[in-house]
Amino acid sequence: MGAVPVKFYQVGSFAVGNRLLDPDLASVQSDPERANSLTSGHRACQGCGEALGARYALDAIMRATKGQMIAVNATGCLEVFSTPYPETSWRLPWLHSLFGNAPAVATGVAAAMHAKGRDDIRVVGQGGDGGTVDIGFACLSGMFERNDDVLYICYDNQAYMNTGVQRSGATPPAARTATTQTVGPEPGNVFGQGKDVPRIAMAHEIPYVATATVADLRDLEAKATRAMEFRGARYLHVLVPCPLGWGSASCDTIKVARLATQSGLFPVFEAVNGEVTSSTKIRHQVPVEEYLKLQSRYAHLFRPTRRDDVIKKLQAMADRNIERYGLLEPELAPAVPAAMSNEPVEVA
Amino acid sequence: MDKPFAITLDVGSSLANQTGSWRVERPMYVDLLPPCNQACPAGENIQKWLYDAEDGSYEKAWRTLVEENPFPAIMGRVCYHPCQSVCNRGKVDEAVGINSVERFLGDMALEQGWSLPVPAPDSGKRVLVVGAGPSGLSAAYHLRRLGHAVTLRDAAPLPGGMMRFGIPKYRLPRTVLDAEIKRVAEMGVTFELEHRTEHALDEMTAGGFDAVFLAVGAQIGKRAYVPAGEAARILDAVSVLHDVEDGELPLLGRRVAIYGGGNTAVDVARTAKRLGAEEAVIVYRRTRERMPANDSEVEEALEEGVLMKWLSTVKHADAGKLMIEKMALDASGFPQPTGEFEELEADSLVLALGQESDLSLLEDVPGLEVSDGVVKVDEHMMTGYPGIFAGGDMVPAERTVTVGVGHGKKAARNIDAWLRGGERPEPSKHPVAEFDKLNPWYYADAPHAVRPRLEAARRASTFDEVVQGLDASTALYEARRCMSCGNCFECDNCFGVCPDNAVIKLGPGNRFKIDLDYCKGCGICASECPCGAIVMVPEEG
Repeated sequence: MGAVPVKFYQVGSFAVGNRLLDPDLASVQSDPERANSLTSGHRACQGCGEALGARYALDAIMRATKGQMIAVNATGCLEVFSTPYPETSWRLPWLHSLFGNAPAVATGVAAAMHAKGRDDIRVVGQGGDGGTVDIGFACLSGMFERNDDVLYICYDNQAYMNTGVQRSGATPPAARTATTQTVGPEPGNVFGQGKDVPRIAMAHEIPYVATATVADLRDLEAKATRAMEFRGARYLHVLVPCPLGWGSASCDTIKVARLATQSGLFPVFEAVNGEVTSSTKIRHQVPVEEYLKLQSRYAHLFRPTRRDDVIKKLQAMADRNIERYGLLEPELAPAVPAAMSNEPVEVA
Repeated sequence: MDKPFAITLDVGSSLANQTGSWRVERPMYVDLLPPCNQACPAGENIQKWLYDAEDGSYEKAWRTLVEENPFPAIMGRVCYHPCQSVCNRGKVDEAVGINSVERFLGDMALEQGWSLPVPAPDSGKRVLVVGAGPSGLSAAYHLRRLGHAVTLRDAAPLPGGMMRFGIPKYRLPRTVLDAEIKRVAEMGVTFELEHRTEHALDEMTAGGFDAVFLAVGAQIGKRAYVPAGEAARILDAVSVLHDVEDGELPLLGRRVAIYGGGNTAVDVARTAKRLGAEEAVIVYRRTRERMPANDSEVEEALEEGVLMKWLSTVKHADAGKLMIEKMALDASGFPQPTGEFEELEADSLVLALGQESDLSLLEDVPGLEVSDGVVKVDEHMMTGYPGIFAGGDMVPAERTVTVGVGHGKKAARNIDAWLRGGERPEPSKHPVAEFDKLNPWYYADAPHAVRPRLEAARRASTFDEVVQGLDASTALYEARRCMSCGNCFECDNCFGVCPDNAVIKLGPGNRFKIDLDYCKGCGICASECPCGAIVMVPEEG
């Protein structure tokens, strides 16, 4: 109607689809013909964020590359739940070697494709935070340093979930894991340790680094698609809640990821050649507590005695992210709307 | 076995692993009753016509609307839109401007000349409708659609009832009123105007009618005893508004006091300003919060310079002045006299203390029950006399145009059932889509498109329409703010957020289906459904 482009206020671009949207602008996931790179029957837990994140990212890349891609997988949940021999959930060329060598294997695949003159076939390396942040880190850093033509995606669920929830270099402070029990004066994981791999990747000055979550599908799809416009080493870090390891309800996977971003604990941004170029603004800011209280890995911060000192330190981390990445619109700086903070918590 | 070296099994797909067996709860699509639909006195399917309007299918939207209510352009001007007061969007940002979209559709229909649906084949039954106000007209429309022959009688020379003789022009231009009534007439309703029905039963028998719907309204201004000097000028609100409509300007003077706190009082005050009064003061015995008048009307009146005197009663009226007693609310909120008096200069006093129905046409109808000045009807809108139905202001209910229209529809459907020898069962209703069933995150923030207003100064001196309509782009924008509470609008969220690809998209208009072979029952689809159209139910066994 008229010259002014009509906005879709009903659901804007937040929902997966919109019946009023031009099909060319529709999300990959709203397409009944989407690749379904990771298909049904996989053995991921109910409400698995990683299964969701992997399908979101890979389906977008399948569309961006018109199906011309190969995925290399590190050991981890994503590998184990998708490929119990001889079954597989993958509907794309997929290769698994070891826990620690996925980036190096991906480099090799890219080199092989190049040698064969098939630079049109794009290579994606992927793994969980254990395989990326800890075990495969040397290979990853090497891949970055050489600027190999690989997009590496880390599905970060913040611990070694496959082997029973042990701490990784991506486990946040205060979180309970099997190896960071809630005992002593500073229960849970320690403060001041761990690695911020998106920033480490940026320090390598590779062409493209981005973070995303399963709570913002369109943002994730846009970043996976944009990553394929570059050649050289690229890194995508996706926050994928784990109901089992985080102790959250299986129905809350997306909600928890959303609260991670809206509290500022997980900054969503994009960096080109080592410089942050944009960040996704917080829409409805929430205190970190809103995020923490949905997860039993933080239950010790509320029971039997409330640990305001620890919650305050976590809030300080969120505030630092907000400051560092400019996560709040300065003029808006919204207060928490009552309607959002009273969302009922469904227990599965 | 002809396999490569070291390969012993064929490659299989995980589709062989039916993870549906893990499930203890299953998602189920439901339809809930949106609060707007529930609140609409005319029983409109608001959500449905907003949905139709969202993609610019205005005629389709209008057709959905007139299924229930033949007067969208009138409604869009005079309805107090209880739908908007309960709109869930109000808890996100601001309620959807349902009323303005309705008006937009109504105006577009008049502009484009869309006609009302073609009546059903002749039923052979004849129905008499007494009173051509909103209720009678609505009943006539619905009865005619159902195939009955309808005769509509009214004592006035023109149809419309209180919509013409009670609601001032600045709220409802007569061109709009006439055009929407004309459409009803064009369906083949016989109008017999300037015909006062003295005895309902006689006319029913004499005319050979199979049923009668009475909707004579409430047009007699309630009288309250106000001690007055001989020269005091005291008028009645209903007559003032009626005279203005007839073009006989009542002599109100420079300063007009209006006694009462309802919509009629406000209408008179605003009309007095337009007739040239320098001062129009509403005298009301309670406070603004307790005033029965609609908020938006009070707001507009204040903007136009109408004055309000709260907690006041008129003790005595004299030429040029009134004696006012100050009141105070007691613990139960009832006003009590304080014994404090003050004088108010006023050339005339208009009483707007409510209206009563003239029920003399029912005097000799057996079985009919009247209490508190209104006629008792059963849940089918039928009076104590079989075949005589009643609605609108003459039965116990809130007295608004929209309630009247709703009564007309309900009565028509019940009369139809009665004429066919049955009873209309109470339609079953879905549970209400409460706000806490929604996931409001997905609704983008957008303000309410406020209807442009004429400047107060200009408005106060003329009878131009006060609230202007939306244009096409803003109407579309407004319709799209609907959150579709409780009913799937195919946003694809469930299809997208399932980690197990266990939601099947059935294509436009056909919604979705759960693939129970693979659904693990995690519940993400239900929690991320924006409109609350998915619930989790326990598996049996």
